[in-house]
Amino acid sequence: MHGLPFLLAAGNVTEKLLSLSIADLVIIAAYFVMVLGIGWYLKKQTQTGEDFFLAGREMTAWIAGLSFLSANLGSLELMGWAGAAYQYGILATHWYWIGAIPAMLFLGIVMMPFYYISKTHSVPGYLQLRFGEDSRAFAAISFAFMTILMSGVNMFAMASVMKVVLGWDINFSIWVSSLTVAAYVALGGLKSAIFNEVLQFVLIWAGAMLIPILGLIESGGWSGMQARIAERLGGQDYTHLWSTMGRFEDNPMGIHWTGIVFGLGWVISFGYWTTDFLVVQRVLSAKDLRSAKMAPIIGAAFKMMVPFIVILPGLLGLGLLDAKLLPESEVATTPGSYSYNDVLPLMMARYLGPGLLGLGITALIAGFMAGMAGNVSAFATVWTYDIYRAFIKKDASDAHYVGMGRACTIIGIFVSIGTAYLVMQFSSIMDYVQALFSFFIAPLFGTVLLGMLWKRATPAGGFWGLVAGTVSSIAMWFWVYLNPNALAYVALSTHAKPMAENMYRGLWSWLICVGVTVVVSLVTQPKPDKELVGLVFGCTEIPSEQHVALWKRPIFWAGVVAAVFVGLNLIFW
Amino acid sequence: MTKDSHLSIWFFVGILLSFYGLIITGAGIYGLFAPPAVVLASLHADLLWGLILLALGVFYCYHFAPGKVARSKLDDL
Repeated sequence: MHGLPFLLAAGNVTEKLLSLSIADLVIIAAYFVMVLGIGWYLKKQTQTGEDFFLAGREMTAWIAGLSFLSANLGSLELMGWAGAAYQYGILATHWYWIGAIPAMLFLGIVMMPFYYISKTHSVPGYLQLRFGEDSRAFAAISFAFMTILMSGVNMFAMASVMKVVLGWDINFSIWVSSLTVAAYVALGGLKSAIFNEVLQFVLIWAGAMLIPILGLIESGGWSGMQARIAERLGGQDYTHLWSTMGRFEDNPMGIHWTGIVFGLGWVISFGYWTTDFLVVQRVLSAKDLRSAKMAPIIGAAFKMMVPFIVILPGLLGLGLLDAKLLPESEVATTPGSYSYNDVLPLMMARYLGPGLLGLGITALIAGFMAGMAGNVSAFATVWTYDIYRAFIKKDASDAHYVGMGRACTIIGIFVSIGTAYLVMQFSSIMDYVQALFSFFIAPLFGTVLLGMLWKRATPAGGFWGLVAGTVSSIAMWFWVYLNPNALAYVALSTHAKPMAENMYRGLWSWLICVGVTVVVSLVTQPKPDKELVGLVFGCTEIPSEQHVALWKRPIFWAGVVAAVFVGLNLIFW
Repeated sequence: MTKDSHLSIWFFVGILLSFYGLIITGAGIYGLFAPPAVVLASLHADLLWGLILLALGVFYCYHFAPGKVARSKLDDL
């Protein structure tokens, strides 16, 4: 779900892409003042563990929903997927539509009741309630480790982008951004992170929306843009979603529709959106069950619109930019060239004058910082509740755990800074962190899904399924790493690009997780039904919504979003 | 937010959008006399966008001001 594979270009470009005016700098400075002010203001409201780790469970559906979406709408996403659209065309939209919408609706309607009714603080916390301490420990340690690494990678990527785009010193970017994030998360906890994510959401739209509008005016509308792309690129189709996916070699991504539907649309997407605690934590902060169910649906509605400010600028760049952008590997050897990932800054430079440019850059900075804050706040929760309280100090006071949460926010930031400098020395770490992250997501989805929907799943089945799925995912990655010909087995084609390999590896590891969980569960003793109340379908009474007007019911809005989703796919087929 | 005694996030959004609206509108007015070196500068997108941000910001500041009922009807969904 991250755009990092596209952003490995630190230092390759010697000239900065953009120059800022005084107005731009004032706009950027105002953002920093505002986020620190919000953190300071929220400190007074953050007294208990519930306040610090779950934002007091008082967020409305709108705030939880926008925060849920924003936790994934970082700047790496914006720049990486705009670059992907330049490279692969409209196919990149699949990551926003089929790769997100069905999973977000499923989370809201099917899974959220169990997360919310169980009153868990985290996804590993749910695993503990459902499958016991072993599964919780495995999920919590892997999540905490990966989250803090991701935060460091995010930090380094931001500093790299600021260097390439604005010519800013890498050390300056790392320290200013990380200390700001440390201050506002340590002060206000999850509430502070959520407020800043909502702010980031508004800034991203305010800063990026003019680019596609002006781009469409310049190119003469959608058909004008299609004509320009066809004129430049000849035969290959860059503007249809599904019609080129019948064969691996017919589309720029080298992927078959089965990889998109089953790998991305099912396993990767459902794994990320329904079990990655970074995003689920935002929904757990909702004030009641109906808000918790509505939040992912509101997030899905806005998610469908994101391609307008991410994919469309990439496509417009393909049709309008004079320079031909290149892969990262070729930029280093071609002086004066730009990479795919530079398409968004180049489009900013094309249309945005003083003031507007500052707003666009502020949107990017806000996205990076919100991404870091999301990682750090999720890390603080999982460390404090699922590792520290579970295995190190069980019976401390609530105030002690809040203190621990604040302390490990600061520690987490410093570990992230260390990771950022490590990545600076060994940039290939960034690839490995991405791969490591993907190892856990697909199997975890298998475990949580069976845990929620199949009461016969046993603690042993859940644990061994999770371990088998994760280990098999790692084994497949090493197999292809050591023997590239293995791609023909793992991804079903030697034409498959790394992205396609991830899809299929996720699918196989999920199937292995589910298979092992089922087999082990059938030969081990299940928990009695009374211990599964509030955790599993069939043992949990979901509050009825019959008394609520139809237009206020989550299922109604999920249907509306689903209908629009189908319509968009048909329009751009 | 659900607790009316607390400032809403939308109030903070309003403050920031108003400030940005003012700065960008100012830059847009300056651009009427010295157009920036960007494509489609003749459309004066900065001036229009600045005014839109300013209007939105003022609306959010007013609607979610401290002391007012800081909840949208949409929150009741």
